[in-house]
Amino acid sequence: MPPAPIVSGSVPAVEVEALHKRFGDNEVLKGVSLNAAEGEVVALIGSSGSGKSTLLRCINLLEIPDDGIVRIGGEQIAMKRGRHGAMPADGRQVERIRQRCGMVFQSFNLWTHMTVLENIIEAPVHVLKQPKDQAIAKAEALLAKVGLSAKRDAYPSQMSGGQQQRAAIARMLAMEPKVMLFDEPTSALDPELVGEVLKVIRDLAMEGATMLIVTHEMAFAREVSHKVVFLHQGRIEEQGTPAELFGNPKSERCRQFLSREGQR
Amino acid sequence: MLDLLRFGSDGWGDEIANGAVMTLMVAISAYLIGIVVGSGAAAAKLSGPAPLRWLAALYTTVVRGVPALLVIWLLFFGGSGLVTWVAGLFGYGGRVDLSAFAVGVAAVGIVSGAYATEVIRGAVRAVPKGQLEAARALGMGRLLILRRILIPQALRYALPGLGNVWQMTLKDTTLVSVVSLAELMRQAYLGMQSTRQPFLFYLTAAILYMIMTTCSEALFRALSRRAERGVRRAVAN
Repeated sequence: MPPAPIVSGSVPAVEVEALHKRFGDNEVLKGVSLNAAEGEVVALIGSSGSGKSTLLRCINLLEIPDDGIVRIGGEQIAMKRGRHGAMPADGRQVERIRQRCGMVFQSFNLWTHMTVLENIIEAPVHVLKQPKDQAIAKAEALLAKVGLSAKRDAYPSQMSGGQQQRAAIARMLAMEPKVMLFDEPTSALDPELVGEVLKVIRDLAMEGATMLIVTHEMAFAREVSHKVVFLHQGRIEEQGTPAELFGNPKSERCRQFLSREGQR
Repeated sequence: MLDLLRFGSDGWGDEIANGAVMTLMVAISAYLIGIVVGSGAAAAKLSGPAPLRWLAALYTTVVRGVPALLVIWLLFFGGSGLVTWVAGLFGYGGRVDLSAFAVGVAAVGIVSGAYATEVIRGAVRAVPKGQLEAARALGMGRLLILRRILIPQALRYALPGLGNVWQMTLKDTTLVSVVSLAELMRQAYLGMQSTRQPFLFYLTAAILYMIMTTCSEALFRALSRRAERGVRRAVAN
């Protein structure tokens, strides 16, 4: 188990209140509220189309929620009514919030025209304005941490999926995010490469990182998370500790989902 | 017979060489205009407000749909008429003539831009969305993403097409000879007329055009290779 989250007396790292998101006629999130305390690891599970990835993407504004409130470290993202519905009132704030929320994607999304090292130092140098040598030193330390020191000057296309995903995690860590969002980080990987990526994420959890992880790896969710949230058709159907939710799910849908996933 | 190509007052060598330089100047200026106009029109088509989108669509449809020669005539005669009229509004009574160079560059640039628009638009759309999302998720701003991620990545897809646009632009400069601009084609024609040696002059011009296109093709290949760094290539060529 990762260390216990800091709950008492501090502002939650992530607060989501009554979040709504629709794509055309399809309402993907129908009022979702969720908190993550500092140091808490929250696993988001549910079948595809349940809205779990959309929820994650609304937190760092890759999707613009139609309604509801998102707060990161107590700072509420200001929204306004635009011509096409809700939009962020202040682009600079969004950029600032995103710097504090790292994200790891299912498809890695390393920049293909840059080496691994260049990928990692890009945002620290150009967004945080860190001196280049300092950013490189830090990138090298991060590469060592994810076990990729040898791939420093490799291009993403020369690496396996597992290596690319670990490099993408290093790229996120270089920004020293307060919150880490993982969007199905192992779903695009060959089965034999899943373990190396999960190990890196597990290590981060053990160090006390605040994480929201969308995943289909039930055993992993059970092992690393403090809280498991089961989404169904755009609503939170059930949430609880891994022991509660996996051991004794209360809702029928959650029970069915878990038995399909072979976890009960 | 090759004496005719001597440099100096009794040969056509310097006239032909000047013509070649003029051709390159028109081509390069027009191409740069084309890239700028094409980038603007592509941006308008991709994410501009509706009126700009329509304007860009009208521009590419019309300019690609009519002969380049017509654009040159239109600009040469229509252009000076227009400028004269505007000058008249400000109290200037005389007729304003536009320089053949300016008209030639503008006309070929407009044509070049219409083709560049489609190349650039296609290239931008070919950049996977995830590449840009990763940048946004790290807190990079729009201009930074444009400069560091979108343009370098789109360039990879655009360069082959932009190479074609360059070749086309270079050859379209020959049309500017109709407004008596002393570029390569015009000088070859003048030389041929006064010496009655069409074969010599047009062959010389052909060789010079070939040198220009071959060199620029090599340049574009080198640029493409650079833009494709990091991308595994299925077939080496």
